[in-house]
Amino acid sequence: MSERLSNRPPETGALFARDRSWHPPAFTPGYKTSVLRSPQKALLSLDGTLSEITGPVFGHNILGELDDDLIHNFAKPGESAIGPRIVVYGRLLDERGAGVPGALIEFWQANAGGRYRHKKEGYIAALDPNFGGCGRTITGEDGSYAFRTVQPGPYPWPNGPNDWRPAHIHFSVFGHGFAQRLITQMYFEGDPMIWKCPIVRTIPDRAAIEQLIAALDMEATIPMDARAYKFDIVLRGRRSTMFENRLEGN
Amino acid sequence: MAQALNRLKESPSQTAGPYVHIGLTPNFCDITGVYDDDLGRVMVNDKTSGERITMAMRVLDGTGTPLRDALIEIWQADAHGLYPSPSERRGAADPNFQGWGRQATDMDTGLCTFETIKPGRVPFKDGRLMAPHINIWIVARGINLGLNTRLYFSDEETANAEDPVLARIEHKVRIPTLMAERKGGTYTFDIHLQGEQETVFFDI
Ligand SMILES: [Fe+2]
Repeated sequence: MSERLSNRPPETGALFARDRSWHPPAFTPGYKTSVLRSPQKALLSLDGTLSEITGPVFGHNILGELDDDLIHNFAKPGESAIGPRIVVYGRLLDERGAGVPGALIEFWQANAGGRYRHKKEGYIAALDPNFGGCGRTITGEDGSYAFRTVQPGPYPWPNGPNDWRPAHIHFSVFGHGFAQRLITQMYFEGDPMIWKCPIVRTIPDRAAIEQLIAALDMEATIPMDARAYKFDIVLRGRRSTMFENRLEGN
Repeated sequence: MAQALNRLKESPSQTAGPYVHIGLTPNFCDITGVYDDDLGRVMVNDKTSGERITMAMRVLDGTGTPLRDALIEIWQADAHGLYPSPSERRGAADPNFQGWGRQATDMDTGLCTFETIKPGRVPFKDGRLMAPHINIWIVARGINLGLNTRLYFSDEETANAEDPVLARIEHKVRIPTLMAERKGGTYTFDIHLQGEQETVFFDI
């Protein structure tokens, strides 16, 4: 796990303060489950110690050959998942615009009918015997990543009497520091369901919501195979250490 | 007008939702054959140095009901106070210790158990030693942005008394919300999302 994946020197600066007004607040009554699960007292601000600026790093040795191919990683040999075939690609960046290399990204989603493979799932849409719904990859030297999947379907969920989630893919992202840890969701360009969703609407700023909408990219499609969606993800940046801890003469 | 700083905004968070297990602990939710094992399930092996401990955690909502669909990740130093991270410049951490663990809360009881070692002390930014602690990150359905807190050990009274982070908690009555209680080799730690005993959460 301590395997170094980049030639860049390790980053030891503290992270930029998190802009909490850009994120959803904890208490969002339109999303009912948040009501009893939202802390109500002020958070204790802590400028990063070693405990926050360090974080786990994962080596490519954890990855299996099909981890980045949800069309095939649960399918029987010679078969594949049903649904519109897509490639999702993009870059993992930090707030300074620099690519984040060697970072683990995990993703999960419903199948093309909007059904999750989970025992707590009650939607009547059919399971696809060839679709599990999970995948993962590690970013390249410039922060780039890509995976293949099928476009998930929208699904109803118990909140209001008739709430539906827009089609989405869940993302879990590691940076290089534990305080960069982030979970978010990717939506699809042009989906009218996005703006009706109580979970999307926990985000106060329209521009912040648009940051989670992947763009259709016909130039990146694989002809006669899969369309492509571009989704960049941004993690918190780090303060530069260029004038810190530098010995005389260095 | 001045020059633009050209900074990007962090991607806004969205809840991990009720099916977080599919992505992060697929074997736990019976999606087998994709990954050999769930990442972060095992933190130690028989060569890991340090005192073996078990941590039994729960996350409780505003009614005191344990969450049965939460996911907890922990990050901690090794027995000598070193993190297994490229950003750790003070020395090499124990190669037999993972430092990072991930567990889902039990779907019936809400209990979440980590088998690990007691961490050593890590310096604060000014060089003073922090008390042994474990960094915790909690996500679940209904949690819009992952919650950060710390677990301290109630039997480390001397170290806790001089810990520079605990010292910053204005209302001292809230410090016990960060203390795990020891019973034999097991520490229990209840995280209260709301209410009189609301755990101190951090903006880190
Ligand atoms: Fe979902």
